[in-house]
Amino acid sequence: MTVHSTGEAPPLPQAQRLFALLADHRVLVSLVALALLPWLLPSKALAVNVLIYGVVVMGYNLLFGYTGLLSFGHAAFFGTGAYLTGIAIGRWGLPWFAAVPLAIAASMALAALIGTISTRTRGIYFSMVTLALAQLVYYVALQASSFTGGENGLRGFTVDHIGLFGAQVNFLDPVNKYYVLMVLAAIAIWVQSRILNSPFGAVIEAIRENEQRARACGYDVERCKLIVFMLSGAISAVGGCMSALHLSIVPLDILHYQTSGMIVMMVLLGGARSFFGPFVGAAVFLILEDVVSLWTPHWQIVVGAIFVVFVLFLPKGIWGTFLDVLPLARQRR
Amino acid sequence: MDLSLIIMQLFSGIALGAVLVITALGLTIVFGMLGVVNFAHGALFMIGAYAGLYLASLTGSFWWGLLLAPILVGAFGMLIELVLVRRLYGRSIDDPLLLTFGLSYILVEGVRIVFGSDGIPFPTPSQLIGVVDLGVGFFPKYRLFVIALVAVVLLVLWLMLEKTRVGLIVRAGARDPLIMRVLGVDIGKVWLAIFGLGVGLAALGGVLAGPMRSVNPEMGTLVLAEAFVVTVIGGLGSIVGAVVAGLMVGICISMVALFAPEMATIVMFALMAAVLLIRPQGLFGLKGRA
Repeated sequence: MTVHSTGEAPPLPQAQRLFALLADHRVLVSLVALALLPWLLPSKALAVNVLIYGVVVMGYNLLFGYTGLLSFGHAAFFGTGAYLTGIAIGRWGLPWFAAVPLAIAASMALAALIGTISTRTRGIYFSMVTLALAQLVYYVALQASSFTGGENGLRGFTVDHIGLFGAQVNFLDPVNKYYVLMVLAAIAIWVQSRILNSPFGAVIEAIRENEQRARACGYDVERCKLIVFMLSGAISAVGGCMSALHLSIVPLDILHYQTSGMIVMMVLLGGARSFFGPFVGAAVFLILEDVVSLWTPHWQIVVGAIFVVFVLFLPKGIWGTFLDVLPLARQRR
Repeated sequence: MDLSLIIMQLFSGIALGAVLVITALGLTIVFGMLGVVNFAHGALFMIGAYAGLYLASLTGSFWWGLLLAPILVGAFGMLIELVLVRRLYGRSIDDPLLLTFGLSYILVEGVRIVFGSDGIPFPTPSQLIGVVDLGVGFFPKYRLFVIALVAVVLLVLWLMLEKTRVGLIVRAGARDPLIMRVLGVDIGKVWLAIFGLGVGLAALGGVLAGPMRSVNPEMGTLVLAEAFVVTVIGGLGSIVGAVVAGLMVGICISMVALFAPEMATIVMFALMAAVLLIRPQGLFGLKGRA
């Protein structure tokens, strides 16, 4: 957002080349921006939260922004990633580097199940079904309290040291914690970029633009939707793993539909259909929550009002609108 | 387990289902006519319960609350349509959904500011306290009243939609708003009225549910999920579907509560998943819509 001055200058070929270069290396550029984040935000804890929610929302954006499927149940995958990480470490005694892939695989399996049912429906139906099925996951976690801790959330696992290849990192230090978690985020960002750059990435955007035509071109639209649902769930689950490692508890609220709603709000604030928008959205939402809750406990009313304004007047979000203002950026996202 | 207990549970399932029918009906009528899924429907249900409670204590009579809350909240719904939802017709189908979702945050938090976060008990009206002996068991008077009132409302709605000129315009407007415009009907006014009617039904559901559930700002969340399940099972936009699915879900919840209480909230979602696997458009839904 600091490069806004380039928007006023006439589109220079040089600037265009620079932007194309940045867009071609969007993974690297994103990582540089995220690496600087702890030093730009008022607290390291806020930076960690932006990182975690950024990854969750990025995974969600694969489904909503790029494929055009408005799910209201992504908390299910965020939460399953977190719960399974915690359970694998605390109950089964697995090391963190085994717990994380396990949790991601489990979330992907859950996404396959929910996706199979929900992708049979279209449009608004899809939103309602994903919300209902995610609420089902919430109530199952609430009832299976011997396994999940029920209403009290999952406790009893603490990650204070991260050991890998013989090196031990003190995970209680906030700066160390941020950069260790950023490794997981980096992998997720790289995977997301690869998916979007692949032919499959082109197909899902084609489905968003015109489902009938994509089908007429010979693509199995239903299968593509299911696959993108699973990939999206898996990437959002990475954020869940990060959250469990970060907090050493998993609150039941992580599975609640309000969490799904928060993810939707973040992606719209930042800008769906843009690669870095989810991180901008997560940052803006969390900073807003921090600032507004300083002067009123009813911060949700302010956030809700801002969200309504965005839906009405800025449907492309902050980052998406910014990219539109840049005349040279139109072709590359 | 004796038979009268099962019959009584079946009966309370019908009462629960009746409230679900009224609530889901508001959602499904607005979708059927306007193509808008009102995500704030649960929040407006909750506001209906609070409005009923407040008006009842203000006037000293439950009946005034029951009568005025749906009218006032329905009028508020019309204001929402006029100021906010109207701007989004013709835009992406997701936009009204997202807008009303943001609105639900504002409404829930607004109620918290005015009434606080704690639950408030909603007293059963004095005339309806107690039970009635129907031969097979003792039924709470209030639940009998809920079932009767919902039946009357359904009948009135059905007569209005099927037998009057207004109903004809509404049904035709749902099929083809453009032709209605060409014929000189101000379809914007029809949509405004329908949105108000949908919100009024949500509020009526809220007042009726008040004495059966405790009234708190979060009560709309579960109701929204329940109303979604009912409309998805019944078929979005189908009035018959909402009635059948609402009763089905209500009965299902209370029967399961009898045998496995911890499964009661889960069973309706399982029912929805099963229906979707067989009929993605819902039991009474039109194929093209799902």
